[in-house]
Amino acid sequence: MSVDTKWTYDENYVREYSQKRGEPEWLTEQRLTAIRLADELELPKPEKTNIKTWNFTEFKHDSGEAAPIQSVDDLHEDVQALIDRSTEEQNLIVFRDGKPIYRTESDHLKEQGVLFLDIETAAREHSDLLKKYFMGSAVEVDEHRLTALHVALLNGGTFIYVPKNVTVEAPLQTIYWQEDPEAGLFNHVIVAAEDNSQVTYLENYASFNREQSAVANIISEVYTGQNAKVSYGGVDHFEKGVTTYVNRRGYVEKDGYLEWALGQMNEGNTVSDNTTVLQGDGSHADTKAVSIGREDQSQNFWTNIVHYGKHSTGHILTHGVMKDKASSIFNGVTKIKHGATKADGQQTERVLMLSERARGDANPILLIDEDDVTAGHAASVGRVDPMQMFYMMSRGITRTEAERLIIHGFLAPVVNELPIQAVKERLTEVIERKVY
Amino acid sequence: MAGSTLKIEGLHVEIDGSEIIKGLDLEINGGEIHAIMGPNGTGKSTLASAIMGHPRYEITQGSVHLDGKDVLEMEVDERAHAGMFLAMQYPSEISGVTNSDFMRSAINSNRGEGDEISLMKFIRKMDSKMDELEIDQSFSQRYLNEGFSGGEKKRNEILQLLMLEPRIAILDEIDSGLDIDALKVVSKGINSMKSPDFGCLIITHYQRLLNYITPDKVHVMMQGRIVKSGGAELAQRLEEEGYDWIKEELGIEDEKVGEQA
Repeated sequence: MSVDTKWTYDENYVREYSQKRGEPEWLTEQRLTAIRLADELELPKPEKTNIKTWNFTEFKHDSGEAAPIQSVDDLHEDVQALIDRSTEEQNLIVFRDGKPIYRTESDHLKEQGVLFLDIETAAREHSDLLKKYFMGSAVEVDEHRLTALHVALLNGGTFIYVPKNVTVEAPLQTIYWQEDPEAGLFNHVIVAAEDNSQVTYLENYASFNREQSAVANIISEVYTGQNAKVSYGGVDHFEKGVTTYVNRRGYVEKDGYLEWALGQMNEGNTVSDNTTVLQGDGSHADTKAVSIGREDQSQNFWTNIVHYGKHSTGHILTHGVMKDKASSIFNGVTKIKHGATKADGQQTERVLMLSERARGDANPILLIDEDDVTAGHAASVGRVDPMQMFYMMSRGITRTEAERLIIHGFLAPVVNELPIQAVKERLTEVIERKVY
Repeated sequence: MAGSTLKIEGLHVEIDGSEIIKGLDLEINGGEIHAIMGPNGTGKSTLASAIMGHPRYEITQGSVHLDGKDVLEMEVDERAHAGMFLAMQYPSEISGVTNSDFMRSAINSNRGEGDEISLMKFIRKMDSKMDELEIDQSFSQRYLNEGFSGGEKKRNEILQLLMLEPRIAILDEIDSGLDIDALKVVSKGINSMKSPDFGCLIITHYQRLLNYITPDKVHVMMQGRIVKSGGAELAQRLEEEGYDWIKEELGIEDEKVGEQA
């Protein structure tokens, strides 16, 4: 298969699909513009990773209607494992192949005026509000073919809106489960946190079928208002056949705080773009991402923080474990724009190599256009430290167990940040399975 | 069961092709506390690390046996299982692994599958040993040695000693960087281990640790060998007179050895 494959989804298809979902006109129009753009635009060109032969075109788009389920017990058991059953206040939406099939939210959330909805419902019931944020300042439809395709074929996602001065105590959780092994997912998440609000969001992407090929094309937009705080956790674990493009963007206003904790555990080829724009003075971003590459997987991770605001601070921590013949490129970019005086940008990229045949590149990049700033970076690619191994083994811990502890410790910065115990445990299990 | 015996015979150790230990004999029995003293660069720490199986050191000749078993044939973790322990001069920092998880893994590795320590019992033991060493309770949830001060690292080594209860312990400069109060606490911890089942080799520059822990035997190391042995009074004399009299007695001009010289 090649990129020249004639696109099977055209304007007619997109219009019909949009109308079938009862979408407002502005969204139909955006989809139509996007499908035209998709024809003209090129694929993104992530440095040092050739994605031209990757499957971005073969998938099933519309999985049809999905019957809602009544109880968590009716879910796939691996999906159930992601849910904290004991929690008093549960805010959860479970999607199957893009369609919401289970939803629960606390009364408290409603009373606060918080919206926590699948994007299809949001488009019908809160069209104006959605329009305000959808493909807003964080991301452009015409960045490349994949952003255009995303908008044209959008078939799942979540809209979260937190009004001014509202603090959402319990985390909002979503699970995007791909059951149909050929289904493509074009998932769009919006977290809009108005001034002085606080919210914690945690998402899981999961599929359990190893071989068949499919596509995931994901965009998240996070708008952090003045003095607002958003904690965004994500655990991606698509199986081998799924080619993933995932783009998580944040936009932070004055004194706002956005923190990311991303466990990027896909088994298939993946391009990831995580960009945070620190627009306002005193805004702050803290990005932590961990990943494991195995078998013949190829992955490319971009983590960017762009400083416009004075006194803005941005921290990036990326840890990757590479085994077998896997190949990953980790690019960390700190961009400080002219006028962002007293900005502070720090980043660390570390890659732990478990195999001679694996490849891992850590590229810290500082692009600074302002004198009065502080910035720093640290990067390393290496094997497990023999002195650490000696130390642990000298206490009686076996070689395998010592290595296991070191790897879990290496990935702990993200695991520890996740707000839901069940997801934490599940990620720990995934790490365990992937490494051994 | 009576104490163990660690027997070192004719040991030669190289690092990166340069010989540091040049024929060393030493026997440590359960119930005995030995001290190895000597100026910097005479091979003391090399001896400690080599016995435990440090990856950088190569043993070219000689043997080390624990109760008749060939230690040099064992993997590092097997040496620990056999009852050996090394308190390190520069313990590694391991991010993301809590002191408590590390300790529990270590104890369970030594006990073996099916005989794991219960969580309650573990917590009680760790709490009481931390109290003994005047270590704050928050210690157990901190990452292993990460961001620890020099003194905290040393205390942590002794905490591990008390938790793991080895049969033969080697303490490599456990006193360096400790203030007098910390030195007392650490010494108290080591003294609490004293029993016929516990043999100990203390490596130190200074006599001051030996004010709190009375050694049965004191050895002086120079040029990669033990050049003089005696009782506790030898340490006392070294404190008062330094090492020059030994060098004179033995006709040694430069006591240092190998690349550390």
